[in-house]
Amino acid sequence: MESVYARLEPLLPRVGKPVQYVGGELNSTVKDWDSAQVRWALMYPDAYEVGVPNQGVQILYEVLNERDGVLAERTYSVWPDLEALMREHQIPQFTVDAHRPVGAFDVFGVSLATELGYTNLLTALDLAGIPLTAADRRDGHPLVLAGGHAAFNPEPIAEFLDGAVLGDGEQAALAVTELIREWKRAGLPGGRDGLLMSLAAGAQVYVPKFYDVDYLPDGRIRRVAPNRAGVPHTVAKHTVMDLDEWPYPRKPLVPVAESVHERSSVEIFRGCTRGCRFCQAGMITRPVRERSITAIGDMVDAGIRATGFEEVGLLSLSSADHSEIAEITKGLADRYEGTNTGLSLPSTRVDAFNVTLANELSRNGRRSGLTFAPEGGSERIRKVINKMVTEDDLVAAVSAAYSSGWRQVKLYFMCGLPTETDEDVLAIAGLARAVIEAGRQASGRRDIRCTVSIGAFVPKPHTPFQWAAQCDAATVDRRLAALGAALRGDAAYGRSIGYRYHDGSPSIIEGLLARGDRRIAKIIRAVWEDGGRFDGWSEYFSYERWQRCAADALADEVVDLAWYTTRERAYAEVLPWDHLDAGLDRDWLWQDWMEAVDPAGAAEVDDCRWTPCYDCGVCPTMGTEIQTGPTGVTLLPLSVVGGAQGSAHSDLPDCAAHGNGSPV
Amino acid sequence: MARSKPVPLGPPPQPAVQRLRVRFAKRGRLRFASHRDVARAIERAVRRSGLPVAYSGGFNPHPKLSYAGAAPTGVASEAEYFEIALTALCVPGDASDRLGAALPAGLDVIDVTEPRGGTMADQLQVSEWRAMLPETQSEAAAAACRMFMDEGRVEVERSTAKGIRRVDARAAVLELELDPRAVDSCTGGCAILRMVVRHVTPAVRPDDVLAALRQVAGLAPPSPPLVTRLAQGLLGAAAGGLFEPGAADSAAADCDTADGGAATGGASLGSLGP
Repeated sequence: MESVYARLEPLLPRVGKPVQYVGGELNSTVKDWDSAQVRWALMYPDAYEVGVPNQGVQILYEVLNERDGVLAERTYSVWPDLEALMREHQIPQFTVDAHRPVGAFDVFGVSLATELGYTNLLTALDLAGIPLTAADRRDGHPLVLAGGHAAFNPEPIAEFLDGAVLGDGEQAALAVTELIREWKRAGLPGGRDGLLMSLAAGAQVYVPKFYDVDYLPDGRIRRVAPNRAGVPHTVAKHTVMDLDEWPYPRKPLVPVAESVHERSSVEIFRGCTRGCRFCQAGMITRPVRERSITAIGDMVDAGIRATGFEEVGLLSLSSADHSEIAEITKGLADRYEGTNTGLSLPSTRVDAFNVTLANELSRNGRRSGLTFAPEGGSERIRKVINKMVTEDDLVAAVSAAYSSGWRQVKLYFMCGLPTETDEDVLAIAGLARAVIEAGRQASGRRDIRCTVSIGAFVPKPHTPFQWAAQCDAATVDRRLAALGAALRGDAAYGRSIGYRYHDGSPSIIEGLLARGDRRIAKIIRAVWEDGGRFDGWSEYFSYERWQRCAADALADEVVDLAWYTTRERAYAEVLPWDHLDAGLDRDWLWQDWMEAVDPAGAAEVDDCRWTPCYDCGVCPTMGTEIQTGPTGVTLLPLSVVGGAQGSAHSDLPDCAAHGNGSPV
Repeated sequence: MARSKPVPLGPPPQPAVQRLRVRFAKRGRLRFASHRDVARAIERAVRRSGLPVAYSGGFNPHPKLSYAGAAPTGVASEAEYFEIALTALCVPGDASDRLGAALPAGLDVIDVTEPRGGTMADQLQVSEWRAMLPETQSEAAAAACRMFMDEGRVEVERSTAKGIRRVDARAAVLELELDPRAVDSCTGGCAILRMVVRHVTPAVRPDDVLAALRQVAGLAPPSPPLVTRLAQGLLGAAAGGLFEPGAADSAAADCDTADGGAATGGASLGSLGP
């Protein structure tokens, strides 16, 4: 398959940051086209700088490329300047690995981390020469498969997809690959639909066209049902049960271009059972499955050696919750002593223990910021969302941070939560004051700072808040403005508090796309045809365009933008994603929702890792179980790469490992 | 509570005992890398190489690497330079091998020397560039070069982050001509120019000179030229203002030879230590 690079190259001097289109990342792979039987083009539908660090894509890229006869390359969204030139010069959507046209692959696999990438998906399909509507595709067109968290409700983009895979992708991608290989070997029996049937029946792939959706006169869904035999009524998610068996990425990609995460990452566990009611990730990735301390140690070591990154992120939804996190951080800090290797926990809890970990992790390298996420300003609203953090917890945590030398902490909040009042949001100002006061006392300094960062809450499918009315943008904006005024107007503390917020309107569109049904596709297509691109970027996002296109596209329907977003749903309503099974018991979700909004005060749910099971339903439905340690194993010192300042363990011969002399 | 400035835990950084100067090329697709991209790639390659790079102190320790003026984004180069400070003595040839193995293809080490007799800024005073102009008549290009060289001053506009700036593209140019060495290598009707440009402030870049050619002679290739920096070096006073390519390297080459004898087979200089 011919590379388009020779035709692309003369255009690159005319576009911004051309290096993002040339590929050649360290640890990238180009395999022989002709000797592969199954070829995947993996896409992250956002700019290269956002997409290239994505762990999901990197994992599948390696898992697939390790297999004989299987080839995987990557493609990302091109910016509008290059898109225009590609259309003018008839250059198709290409992969960055070998600059092969995406339309020539067997599978176009797109990772949907956020709903705001849907218009970018359409751009890529169109540039690739793949018909936007799945029904218009022929045998020669790639199979368009979606994965990632947004694929847990793919209904708004169902007509653009051939299939969606829910949950963990490692084994699922290989299962799909084998079925495609078999189908091609057998001479494409049944054509495209034959393959889709075998994927639906044999690889737990959701094929939207095999399901019909009927609506009630009032616009609600009457039912979603399979339209042919051999297709399951509900499609279940995939769960990888032993993370140690899947130590990917082994060789993280190192781009030449700058990316949003300049570090190597190791996922230390998957899943979270803290039970924050707003958190889709925590709900759909259950149960908790830890990677063992030794497997983590091996991956950190391999990642540093393979990349030269100065920082390794220990990823998960709540990294301080790993059963052996203290042993992991101490073991790694000891191992990398004196090598200028930083370790970070990007996702953390609000407590002093967390600061102890952060101190340990920054011993050998750069000290990045500390972030805490109380999420809600008042104790009451934090109970509603089941974020069990008290003001005392927060003050203790920041006191520990400031007295250990941190000068700045970041606090994350949400606005527009169910039952929220103006007072709940204004309480954030009080918390920030308490944080600064605690910091001044703990550090003895007045130059310490905190930054309040706040965004609008978006109700997501498969969470207890999936029935909630989303707060309208005007109310969110009014509360954010009032909070800003309260923070700035504080003479004693205002100058120590930074304030960052996001407008409410993009969240309304995110909410539309998150909880929408198949009727939404018309809006997405209209927005895209009207020039909508990169909706996750404020400089490109146009609320006016989305509102206008929504009004036009839904003109003949009984539903509208508000119906999809700011309307509360009832128990009996069929939700667009009810036939997609994340394992969560619908009645448990409803009960948790009712407990959240109980006028007498919300009930809290504890974490099932250290309290009895509360029957969310995932483990029995999916045949899975919680996997946590402790294992009791400790990390042994390893020979380490890089820096090698006085390291006694280095197995790489320093130029003058024993000499400490002056220049000859 | 004490008001002392917090300091990182752990030992203080080790002092640098040696500097090495690395000449490298930026080739192929990596010509589209910016200076910052190249610097990041080098920093990571240095870490992968295991060379004992010196670090600055503080909470944000940085490896001690310094860069000479970089070829612009989109321009290839056979003569980019950086210097690296080391906490232990290294044989330049050994360091070259290790860096070369760690750098991505397209960033290729040409040689590593111990710099003598001045800083990079002192020694890198002029650059020689080659510009391939697609679909351009050689005769027209040669005539345009002569017209440019006959001018005393040619102001061109350049768009920068701060808006449009005007620079004189002429004064810094010492030579501009059809490249006599590349006349035959041009197939498909392109013209290849060679220019020698002094490093001045604000910098005059090859695209400024090419913009000047459009201005004075209407020379405008239909697609973007392919520009390569061939060499950097001293402004040779003896040759009447002409350029001595490789002058910076020849100064360093002496010490390379001197060290070379002691360092057979890339062995460590450590044996010479106490």
